[in-house]
Amino acid sequence: MTNFLQAVFEGLGQGSIYALVALGFVIIYKSTLVVSFAQPALMVTGALFVVFLNPVVGFWPALLLAVIGTAVVGLVVERLALRPMIGQPVFVVAIITIGIDIVLRVIQNRFIGTNIRFVGDPWGLNTVNVGDILIFERDIARFSATMVIVIALFAFFKYSRFGLGMRAAAFDQETALAQGINVGRVFAVSWGIAGALAAVAGMFVDGGSGISQGTWIIALKALPAIIIGGLDSVGGGLIGGLAVGVIESLVGEYQAQYFPWLGNNFAPVSPYVLLLIVLLVKPYGLFGTPEVERV
Amino acid sequence: MSSLSGGLLGGSGVSRRPELYTSYEADMALFNTRAKMAGVYGLLALTVLMPFVLADDLLVLMARAFAFAIGAIGLNLVTGYAGQVSLGHAFFVGIGAFTAATLSGDPDGRTLGFGLPMIVWLPAAALLPALIGALIAPVATRLRGLYLAIVTLGLVFLGEHVFREADFITGGFGVGRPGVIADFFGISLTNTGASFTGQQKTFWFALAVLVVVALLGRNIARTATGRAFAAVRDRDIAAEVIGVEIFKYKILAFTVSSAFAGLAGAVLYTITRQITPETFNLALSVQFIAMILIGGASTISGSIAGAVFLTVVLRFAEELSRFASFIPGPGQQGGLLNTAQVSTILYGFLIVGFLLFEPRGLFGVWIRIRNYWKGWPFSY
Repeated sequence: MTNFLQAVFEGLGQGSIYALVALGFVIIYKSTLVVSFAQPALMVTGALFVVFLNPVVGFWPALLLAVIGTAVVGLVVERLALRPMIGQPVFVVAIITIGIDIVLRVIQNRFIGTNIRFVGDPWGLNTVNVGDILIFERDIARFSATMVIVIALFAFFKYSRFGLGMRAAAFDQETALAQGINVGRVFAVSWGIAGALAAVAGMFVDGGSGISQGTWIIALKALPAIIIGGLDSVGGGLIGGLAVGVIESLVGEYQAQYFPWLGNNFAPVSPYVLLLIVLLVKPYGLFGTPEVERV
Repeated sequence: MSSLSGGLLGGSGVSRRPELYTSYEADMALFNTRAKMAGVYGLLALTVLMPFVLADDLLVLMARAFAFAIGAIGLNLVTGYAGQVSLGHAFFVGIGAFTAATLSGDPDGRTLGFGLPMIVWLPAAALLPALIGALIAPVATRLRGLYLAIVTLGLVFLGEHVFREADFITGGFGVGRPGVIADFFGISLTNTGASFTGQQKTFWFALAVLVVVALLGRNIARTATGRAFAAVRDRDIAAEVIGVEIFKYKILAFTVSSAFAGLAGAVLYTITRQITPETFNLALSVQFIAMILIGGASTISGSIAGAVFLTVVLRFAEELSRFASFIPGPGQQGGLLNTAQVSTILYGFLIVGFLLFEPRGLFGVWIRIRNYWKGWPFSY
């Protein structure tokens, strides 16, 4: 039981990272109907901002600057590469984001080099005991920060004027435009938000083991998360991300014991199995809107 | 009669009126214009003669490009023609490569091998991926658009896991196993013999497979199956209404595409002498996507052009260090960007640039050139 709970908490912490990246995916998808494969690069961008600014200005200011800086990178990417592609097939735009991801990651790898870089977060590998259960402080920080961010986002979408405009644009761009909503700005802001979320995820992804050239692959776990939750559901992105994290952690804990024939290191691919199972039952994810087809 | 003579001689089949088409068959024939026929035969003849002119390392490069073209044709059938975006192509390439390598491999080697001849492993390298493709396709037919893309991406990760764990076949991560042992009636295709070098022979082998696959692909694309694919791509519900069985054609598209991917894997690892399981990752899938987008979606010639162009350009970028002082050569330190980084950035920019400025790819560039000279000296 102790092991189980520990695995669950660790999974929730890891899942929070997936959820943050997944929320970025979902917000971009809802407003622009683009699945952005550039999200991994944005996440590492955020992490690198913290890595290089932390020694200069300290951790918290560095985090703030990272959030702003990555949001700006998101804005620039949207303006330069995505805005000219409005009206193109979604698949073509998705491939463009892959191209952007490739270019950004080369630049980042220049900065990372062959070393492992550390963001120098205050919690590191510290743990706290709750009864018998050993919980990493980083997992508490990850989970609580994600919850705060999600509540803030929901409040923004629900109560602010611009959030309402974003929801309207997601629902029907032309009608929103006719109501005087600046849809171009909605696109820009959604990329900015996605960049900011990716920066926070990038800071958390370190988790004591550092940032290396292979870190970006972690952000791809957000893809099963958004598909499980449903591409166009913000709540689904959160739940999908946490679910993927918990499943991965539980599989890592128990698979070697109960299903050894699945081989070593099955945990990192288990989200994709979960993805296949969910989609077999619900082709639009758990909370996604089924497409209504007109002939 | 008209379709036959039109097919072999090119043009419309009507004497002295090469552009007068009297039947749909003549219009849809393999070589519906004389120029196309002359161009293809000429290019083919030049390519066959290439090994007598080019250096061996360039032949290897071209042979690799041909192997990629085989896979790109497969991906173009499922993604370009049938409109089902697949990011899982690398997985099928991997299955084909390991099938061929295992069946042809040394029975006494470190990894599993059966020492079977080419007549067994080459068809098997197409059939096993096709079978697996056909098994997975029913799942894929339930999904559409980006959902499908991400599920096929999951396939690549699951495939990587399987390749890593099945180390008695794949040799394990970072180690790998020897490539395909290719013998053609006792003549080794990879070892240098009395009259030809191994590189020359593998070049011809890759070219031969490519010609067969291109012909198959073109015939699928221009017949009823290809039209059904296009109908599914353009509007699947409308296609169903006019009587196209979507389920059947989606499965067919996946099966054929997987078969071609498998062949590509087999040919690729006849050229490359060592297979490492981590090669078949997302980057390889993206590379195939890039090839069909740069070459031109839903064109067979575009798939070949894209594969050759991308392979050659990325190689050229690696040679840049000889001309630009700020790019150090492989193994050297310092400089602004090393050659691998330059070629990766170029690759990214090529993808984005083509999609932004010429979405029809190299095929579109060719159409522009052709129309310019067709209309010359009038600009319209």
